[in-house]
Amino acid sequence: MEIGFDYTRSLGPTLSQFMTALAGRRILGSRGADGRVHAPPFEYDPVTFAPPAELVEVGPQGTVTTWSWAGTPLDGQPLARPFAWALIRLDGADTAMLHAVDAGSPAAMRTGMRVRPRWADSPAGHIRDITCFEPCTAPAPGREQAPRQEPVAMMTTPVRLRYEHTASPGETAYLHGLAAGRLLGQRCPACGKVYVPSRGVCPTDGVATAEQVELPGTGIVTTFCVVNVPFRGQRVTPPYVAAAVLLDGADIPFQHLVLGCDPGEVRMGMRVKAVWKPREQWGTTAENIECFQPTGEPDATYESYAHHL
Amino acid sequence: MTEVAVVGFAQSPIERRGDGTTSGVEMLVPIFHQVLAATGLAKQDIGFWCSGSSDYLAGRAFSFVQAVDAIGAFPPIAESHVEMDGAWALYEAWVKILTGEADIALAYGFGKSSAGELRRVLALQLDPYLLAPLWPDSVSIAALQARLGIEAGLWTEKDMAQVAVRSRAAALSNPQAQLYADVRADDLLDEPYLADPLRAHDCAPIGDGAAVVIMASAERANELCERPAWITGFEHRIDSAQLGARDLTTAPSAAGAGRAAGAGRVDVAELHAPFTHQEILLRGALGLGDDVRVNPSGGVLAGNPMFAAGLARIGLAAREISTGRAGRALGHATSGPALQQNLVCVMEARS
Repeated sequence: MEIGFDYTRSLGPTLSQFMTALAGRRILGSRGADGRVHAPPFEYDPVTFAPPAELVEVGPQGTVTTWSWAGTPLDGQPLARPFAWALIRLDGADTAMLHAVDAGSPAAMRTGMRVRPRWADSPAGHIRDITCFEPCTAPAPGREQAPRQEPVAMMTTPVRLRYEHTASPGETAYLHGLAAGRLLGQRCPACGKVYVPSRGVCPTDGVATAEQVELPGTGIVTTFCVVNVPFRGQRVTPPYVAAAVLLDGADIPFQHLVLGCDPGEVRMGMRVKAVWKPREQWGTTAENIECFQPTGEPDATYESYAHHL
Repeated sequence: MTEVAVVGFAQSPIERRGDGTTSGVEMLVPIFHQVLAATGLAKQDIGFWCSGSSDYLAGRAFSFVQAVDAIGAFPPIAESHVEMDGAWALYEAWVKILTGEADIALAYGFGKSSAGELRRVLALQLDPYLLAPLWPDSVSIAALQARLGIEAGLWTEKDMAQVAVRSRAAALSNPQAQLYADVRADDLLDEPYLADPLRAHDCAPIGDGAAVVIMASAERANELCERPAWITGFEHRIDSAQLGARDLTTAPSAAGAGRAAGAGRVDVAELHAPFTHQEILLRGALGLGDDVRVNPSGGVLAGNPMFAAGLARIGLAAREISTGRAGRALGHATSGPALQQNLVCVMEARS
């Protein structure tokens, strides 16, 4: 499963100047009350906690103060081929900045070596306007014209992470049950409540659930909402009903769709039954159930499900 | 002000890839039962619960709420959470007892690191403007620190390998350890670099696990535990988020927390050092002499369940006291890149 989000952040006065300068292929630092120049700049002086009085230009060349070798670069890192991470003290600065050095091999790296930035072709006012640093021994690039740049106030950083989620033993039994057209839950050994799908543990008693219970495809609507808002990925045309369905014999409801009648007819206590998709479409998913539909039986009384809301 | 003691500890086995979910429930239920049984407590006796975990690690929102299932939170409980190692949850619970709002408090931490890509997930704890957009991974950053120390003459690659040798040997007697072996430093040094100058043995393994610690006030501690570990100092400090603005060959936050907590004169210390050179660095920063036993459990180089490992250090240090092996013990936890944030808990036995 991949989770992604593009984080968009406002920069504040100091980093706004820093990023605007980067877009113009210049690097700024901040001078502290003790006279030391921090590059990248601090937003608040580590000694006096005051904002920097002035930003000063540093570099662009600098000296490697330490490095490590990334032989197998990870997604998102500055270079896709092996490179060095380095702390680089830019000329005129007293602190160092972290970035990548495109050195080719670890044999070409050493502490104290001189490096210079390699600029991105299309600056955006982002730390990655510096593609990486490169050894000063490399052939010098042609004279690069600094592009004109409007002040940068925001930056966007895309984040993508991958996860492999594990189904717990109870969830595994539930999902395999679905693939066989069965609804399986588990009973708490302490209070006797039946949970479907299994949570692995009774949230009331804090004890593991193990006894398997098979439930019928019938139950009642305990509560519901009418979805009127369209959204990306929606599979049913609004308006439609998303409901909490309490299967007969279960103690907590689970969420599903109630279709097959006008949304205005759905009500608390309404009897419903599962409508399964054709068997050849089944997988280990609750989507094997197309939806729940009204059975036409008399409604359950409120008292009968008041404790299951 | 009341005094507080650690009276119970339990830890799950650390596994490279557990079969539970990222909610931690499957790891937590057995150790909750274990620690409550050992102290003779029922869940209703716990006046305050506090957890440490991370949604970024779990890959889902509000994962700590799902973990509450493991408690059986009925009747309702007083509960809190820190998006940090459980050691900081323990700190919050300690404050809760000191302020008189609870007599008995339980802190737990859990992490299923194997679900995602830990090295990349940890990049997101960095400064989001200048560092995280480059995705510098945790191992590469630690390697920058290791080289600084090597080139400053503070430690050598052989010193680092010897830390790994001692860790794995000590872990032979730790049934919950993930890595344990009888190895020689020279053999380890023949292995290739993982992130020059770090080799695989210099880095804590990736593993899933959980830990739980119970604390009690002076009025209750002696009835719950034969030999409580009385907390005499509990402090945490943090250094700059800008790696290049720090002197990475030392950890002022560890030294400061250690001084304030009274780190000197302990018999044993469990240090949260996910990289071999960091154990050497921390020994110095905390002023631990050669006579101090360090990481008798094997430390986190033998198993490093994220968000539980720091809490487990305190629990293991307390166990040194409760079993009579030590009179004064230190538990340490770290967070952030290259030992940015450090917590020290010093405990002692009383007759």
